[in-house]
Amino acid sequence: MTLQTTLLYIFTMAGVTYLIRMLPITLCKQKLTNTFVRSFLYYIPYTVLGAMTFPAILYSTGSIYSAAAGLAAAIVLAMREKGLLTVALSSYAAAFITDILIR
Amino acid sequence: MNANHSFIKGLRDGIPIGLGYFSVSITFGMMAASFGIPTWAAVLISFTNLTSAGQFAGISLMASCAPFIEIALTQLVINIRYALMSLSLSQKADSTFTLPHRLLASHFITDEIFAVAAGQNSSINPFYIYGLAVIPVLGWTSGTFVGAAASAFLPEIIQRSLGIVIYGMFIAVIIPPAKKNHSIWLVLSAAVLLSCAFKWLPLFAFISEGFSIMICSIAAAALGAALFPVKEAEQ
Repeated sequence: MTLQTTLLYIFTMAGVTYLIRMLPITLCKQKLTNTFVRSFLYYIPYTVLGAMTFPAILYSTGSIYSAAAGLAAAIVLAMREKGLLTVALSSYAAAFITDILIR
Repeated sequence: MNANHSFIKGLRDGIPIGLGYFSVSITFGMMAASFGIPTWAAVLISFTNLTSAGQFAGISLMASCAPFIEIALTQLVINIRYALMSLSLSQKADSTFTLPHRLLASHFITDEIFAVAAGQNSSINPFYIYGLAVIPVLGWTSGTFVGAAASAFLPEIIQRSLGIVIYGMFIAVIIPPAKKNHSIWLVLSAAVLLSCAFKWLPLFAFISEGFSIMICSIAAAALGAALFPVKEAEQ
């Protein structure tokens, strides 16, 4: 890949992503009053992250068993309202240890 | 809240996000290195894109020398959720959020920054967003560098489970509010069930992962909005 192509790829990705983020907050200046739309926007972050995480998390490590162990650790700690880093790293630790044990 | 106070509160709220990003972006840097993408390019991607799933998809397309239009469309599909978050934030923005601030602050809308900003009880000003973004941007960019530089030295056994870190972080973001709010729990479950159905039922096998995320999240949120409309005070 030439330097020029690499840069073009990077700025294509960055440009599209910026426009997606910038246009709605810039163009929409009024408060939305419609209850359906407001409720939809209220739920969207949870549904996006939920659909991104499941079932993809099960395929995110070397095997489905280590991934399941990591998932279980993440759910238990998140239910206890531990912080982002604690949950993420414990999930990794559980997957990593399981990975070693099942070899 | 004044600008200074907001900025500092943002900085503090951004620390856990930044630490999480640091560990996730190490994975990204390693993956970029394995695709033959130079370290400086991986770091530049992280700094200018500031998105997890989009970047992971982007580097594999770059490595296969995909056409620009395919890269652009893939980013559009995977990152379209930011448009919904941006629209949602426009409803919480206070009167100091002028056009230049909207142009700048919108770049920092990520899943986690949005989740923290949207979780504030009051309306938000741009300086809170800037403060909130500083440590995550640093963490995301420096982690990418560390991952790309270290990939040559770290054994495979350590690297192969790293993909789970980002999902662990997502789970930490969605479960606590879902636990406190019955409707969020049900709506989230609907999205998860749909997403699993799309992945595992042969009927839906033709739908790509990016589109699946979009369809499932829009359908579940629309269902939630119809069945459990949210009163203004709760938002």
